Amino acid sequence: MHELPVTESILKIVLQHAPAESVSKIVRIFLEVGELSDLEDEWIQHYFDYLSKGTRAEKAELVIQRIPITFQCDACANRFEIKREALQDLQCPECGSTVCKLVAGKGYYVKNMEVI
Amino acid sequence: MAKIRLIEVKEEIQADNRAKAEALRSRLAANKTFLLNLMSSPGAGKTTLILRTIEALRDDLQMSVIEADIDSMVDAEKIATTGIMAVQLRTGGFCHLDASMVEKGLEGLDLASLDLVIIENVGNLVCPAEFDTGAIKNAMILSVPEGDDKPLKYPLMFTVCDVLLINKIDYLGLSDFNVAALRQRANTLNPRITIFEVSSKTGQGIAEWTRWLKRQVDEFRSG
Repeated sequence: MHELPVTESILKIVLQHAPAESVSKIVRIFLEVGELSDLEDEWIQHYFDYLSKGTRAEKAELVIQRIPITFQCDACANRFEIKREALQDLQCPECGSTVCKLVAGKGYYVKNMEVI
Repeated sequence: MAKIRLIEVKEEIQADNRAKAEALRSRLAANKTFLLNLMSSPGAGKTTLILRTIEALRDDLQMSVIEADIDSMVDAEKIATTGIMAVQLRTGGFCHLDASMVEKGLEGLDLASLDLVIIENVGNLVCPAEFDTGAIKNAMILSVPEGDDKPLKYPLMFTVCDVLLINKIDYLGLSDFNVAALRQRANTLNPRITIFEVSSKTGQGIAEWTRWLKRQVDEFRSG
């Protein structure tokens, strides 16, 4: 359900970065989405198609890349990636400590876009 | 054919909301008002826990409640029976609150005269976890009938909360809910999370929770 406000923000950001004087059309938008976020790729595109009608971003394709979940170990400062399904067995692969801090894998970003 | 070129954007999609949330936190700090964002599934017991919390702290703190619901006034009416001011926010279909909606809810309140405002977020373990409301601390309730496997299904929620209240512990004898397993799962995702076992129905554990909350409010107000 929260795909709608997120998609509104995406449209706002891309239009801001694509001034009408120099950009006639936004073709593709590259997004980065944290693996921990429950955003559905398909719904973001659906909402985007709807919201972008009549703008320079109409019919733009959204390309979504997932940001891996990354933790940093409190004990030895090692950074490591972990799959969502493996979160319950979270343990630093270097020293075995289970006290680790989440450092990446949340949030979403507009990385760049292809325009004409 | 026109030439396609690449434009760097590198913008956080939530940057707008985060900026609003930060501005709200500065305003709360200036007014010495502690804002607690309470999240859970529907039916986990948010409203009843808020009623218990009001009962325990009303002599010590000036409180108010922001109730978020998709489309009803039921919860605000329950809070209003205590004489505590409750603001009802209808999210109109939205599954969560963000900083601008909270800002709107606060409009009806005199922040300078309040020590603690509790937000009862929309009942949902997914969407509210994604939006910074401007709260000083985030709390979640997981009730025993929901099962101890929820950190596996909704990991993000457990990573954003400062405190986890395991509610309805009076049901423990009737279920195979494993408190130790839940604690371990929650701690793995978030080693800094504070956990309380409570029953809003019997009152068990409420004193420990409200003592913790009072200390947080006091520290925030003196800091």
